[in-house]
Amino acid sequence: MSASQPPFDSPEIRRLTPVLGPGHTYGSVTDKISSIVLTRPTSLGWYIGFLISFGLTGVLTVAIGWLVTKGVGIWGINIPIGWGFAIVNFVWWIGIGHAGTLISAILFLLNQKWRTSINRFAEAMTLFAVACAGIFPLIHTGRPWMAFYMFPYPSTMGLWPQFRSPLIWDVFAVSTYGTVSLMFWFVGLIPDLATLRDRATEKHMKIIYGMLSMGWRGSARHWHRYQSAYLLLAGLATPLVLSVHTVVSFDFAIAIVPGWHTTVFPPYFVAGAIYSGFAMVLSIAIPLRKAYGLEDFITMRHLDNMAKVMLATGLIVAYGYFFEFFLSLYSGNKFDVFLVNQRLHGPYAPFYYSLILCNILLPQSLWSYKLRHNVPFLFIMSIIVNIGMWLERFVIVVISLTRDFTPSAWGRYTPTVWDWATFIGTIGMFVMLLFLFVRVLPAISIAEMSELVSETSEDGK
Amino acid sequence: MHRRSHIYGIMGEFREPQELLHAVEKIREAGYRRVNAYSPFPVEGLSEALGLKRNMVPFICLLGGLVGGVGGFFFQYWAAAITYPQNIGGRPLNSWPAFIPVTFEMTILGASLAAVFGMLALNKLPQPHHPVFNVHRFVHATSDRFFVCIEAKDPKFHLPECARLLEQVHAQHIAEVSDD
Repeated sequence: MSASQPPFDSPEIRRLTPVLGPGHTYGSVTDKISSIVLTRPTSLGWYIGFLISFGLTGVLTVAIGWLVTKGVGIWGINIPIGWGFAIVNFVWWIGIGHAGTLISAILFLLNQKWRTSINRFAEAMTLFAVACAGIFPLIHTGRPWMAFYMFPYPSTMGLWPQFRSPLIWDVFAVSTYGTVSLMFWFVGLIPDLATLRDRATEKHMKIIYGMLSMGWRGSARHWHRYQSAYLLLAGLATPLVLSVHTVVSFDFAIAIVPGWHTTVFPPYFVAGAIYSGFAMVLSIAIPLRKAYGLEDFITMRHLDNMAKVMLATGLIVAYGYFFEFFLSLYSGNKFDVFLVNQRLHGPYAPFYYSLILCNILLPQSLWSYKLRHNVPFLFIMSIIVNIGMWLERFVIVVISLTRDFTPSAWGRYTPTVWDWATFIGTIGMFVMLLFLFVRVLPAISIAEMSELVSETSEDGK
Repeated sequence: MHRRSHIYGIMGEFREPQELLHAVEKIREAGYRRVNAYSPFPVEGLSEALGLKRNMVPFICLLGGLVGGVGGFFFQYWAAAITYPQNIGGRPLNSWPAFIPVTFEMTILGASLAAVFGMLALNKLPQPHHPVFNVHRFVHATSDRFFVCIEAKDPKFHLPECARLLEQVHAQHIAEVSDD
């Protein structure tokens, strides 16, 4: 796996900001990561954080329960705004997931060593974000218990899904994405689960981790096939992750609604997904390394690189905004021109300006080396970008739908308390799953970190 | 020549991957073929040192991808053009460009499932028990030690000789692996 280093990644530069703190051995890496799960007492902060997020998950349950009882009328949606928060949140969550796959698959193929300490929890973040995303279209159908209609199954009615519909493409893209992300994550976990099995002192832990690790014993013959499978999965996940947000953008781009019907959507959605995803990885990594003292593993180099990826993808997104704007004006289509006008001067103009501020103007501060190395600042910036990307989806969904072709059919959208409860509830569920994850599974890959120790010690000789 | 025995093999332990690699090379040079190594992470060059050939995982993955892609496309064709045709504004029933996104996703899904389950099947996992787990110190194989095992099935296997060979390559904690 260790090919020659790219020229810009010279040893001198790496010594300045290493991807792994100095003085680590195989044993110390294993101890440090597995101790978080096995021996460290659960801190008070963990309990408080878990309880708060668990409470918010309860809010989600109540919101969904009420929705199932009363129907989608409890939300602020009505014709002409049929999509509202459900689709805004769906696109936001699924976009966040993309950074996890990018880190684990694309950076793996590019042999970027700095991915090693962040890929595991970024993949977990992907899974949890996809789980949150999946809730929205499901409950938006109004009758979620009929959702299996979207899958091709031999029904007694002889009915099949409409495969020409982007909404069916979405079902396939998101479910494939969820499945492949889960497998990628689990395959990466197998050797670490075996480590936990072998280091656990309590019987029930040995049994649970033993079952999950499936009898992995680090055999060279197993590693041989394992590496092939892992490389293939990375190669397959790469086009997959690009396809998922492309398909999500088709939900909009295939329609003829002004502001949606544009060819720039697929690349600009993918860039936006990676942008918000890296912001979320930073929002998770910064508290995580602080809480568990992982500064040696998630170093300043990681934070710096992630900030740079955010800056780069943010610029692609800015380019997308510009061309969306320009093409609408250049097309001369009066509905498109009107839409631009609505974004700048309409009832939702403050959202548009906040979006430009959060996604384009403020992130330019990341050009500064000093600010990229200011951890609290980075944390705040990552939150700002997440808010900005949520606003972007709000602007796209709501402004286009409120005022389309015929003024008599115009409307207004105001989210209700149930819209907010569902949205905040999914954030709670996401955070709760993350809390559980860091407590029961190794948040950093032990096997890959040991490999990194082996490689860095060779470099030292 | 296969002798019934209650020994699975003999195992030696190393602190560094380079030592393991060196030992495996020496053992192979001495003519042993039923040799396996165990390490907490994949050691570069170990597959070659053990003489492992190319594995079947990529081929299985390709098959899975083909089944997923071809099956996915023709399934949509069958559903949209044969069993449940709908005339929408006189557009062609076999509107194949609209079938490509789902075909693509099914290709990826088929290939990924085949790669993962193919790998597990070829590795004979899950396997709850294996003789190497009988060695007391083998718990270190998943954290900070590297092991080599000469298996009793090797035609040249002779316990004292193998023990001597492992000593020569500076293996520590040489231990018999019992077969139950």
